[in-house]
Amino acid sequence: MTIETTTTGVLLLILIMTLVTLVTRFGGVFIMSFVRISPRIESFINTMASSVLIAIIVPMAFGGDAGALAALSVTAVVMLILKKPLPAIAAGILAAAFVRFMV
Amino acid sequence: MKNASYTYQFQPEQVRYELVRMLPISLFVVAFGAAFGLAAVQEGLGPLESLLMSTLVFAGASQFAAIDMWGAEVSVIPVIIVVFAINSRHLLMGASLYPMLKDVSPAKRYGILLLLTDANWAVSAQEYQSGRRNLEVIVGGGLALWLAWIVGTWLGVYFGGLLQNPKSLGMDMVLGCFLLAMALGGKKNPRVLVAWALAAIASLAAWKWLPANTHVVAGALAGGVVGFFWLENTSVDERVGEDLA
Repeated sequence: MTIETTTTGVLLLILIMTLVTLVTRFGGVFIMSFVRISPRIESFINTMASSVLIAIIVPMAFGGDAGALAALSVTAVVMLILKKPLPAIAAGILAAAFVRFMV
Repeated sequence: MKNASYTYQFQPEQVRYELVRMLPISLFVVAFGAAFGLAAVQEGLGPLESLLMSTLVFAGASQFAAIDMWGAEVSVIPVIIVVFAINSRHLLMGASLYPMLKDVSPAKRYGILLLLTDANWAVSAQEYQSGRRNLEVIVGGGLALWLAWIVGTWLGVYFGGLLQNPKSLGMDMVLGCFLLAMALGGKKNPRVLVAWALAAIASLAAWKWLPANTHVVAGALAGGVVGFFWLENTSVDERVGEDLA
């Protein structure tokens, strides 16, 4: 099934993308409303939550260039030392820009 | 009668505070949005169509992937699969907010979720780990990020040429650095570290061997399994033994 990218076609595609994304935004909560929250389920979703972040970042580090790796390592180090997000993020981005300028 | 069970005290004035708090990161999102706007018009989307997509879809990575598949004709099923796969992390992110969201009315609950995205969720999830219930950041932060995404797209569509290479400035790493800072700012105990290690291994394995864009969900669920079998404030050996018995 294909859609021609006429004005109506593009609007239809955007609508489809919007609905699919809406399903992902609503779906998790909708399913959870049928689940009884036991301490075990609560523990599952709590560790899952912080694991989402790791699962986004680790492949990003492995698949990225030297700049990506520098950005993430510098952010990690600064964050662990200063415990403040903004300086850590700024340092990370500067590191990426610097490495990419040099390489 | 029913209202009595919705115990979350949603504070509208807090929303404005959270909006302002997310402004710095939103500035970077403007740059992201500009990169998207530029890419979209280069792939043949009209200015208004690009803006409409950013306004309604509001999910950057999936929008980039979708316009990569653009042409005179677009195959619908692959677009649906790619958009769903990339955005499936929202399912888990939403679920993780359920302990808070169950305490607001369904109308409010799904209204809040319209603005759910990575950065505001990361803040809310991290604060929940340290015992603070903050749905206001989903709304206030989400509004800041949403407007930044739209303004950025608009800039990219009309002035995209000015931002030739956002990557050389490290702009593509903003979200990654932000999410990493959120993760490291949260609670760290042996249980969490084991979950992270498993999540890292599972996401890498999925990234290498499973279909594209499944790695986030695979890694997150692997980390969740650790939490399922290893509850907080419980002796590890006892609990694991009990479950395996």
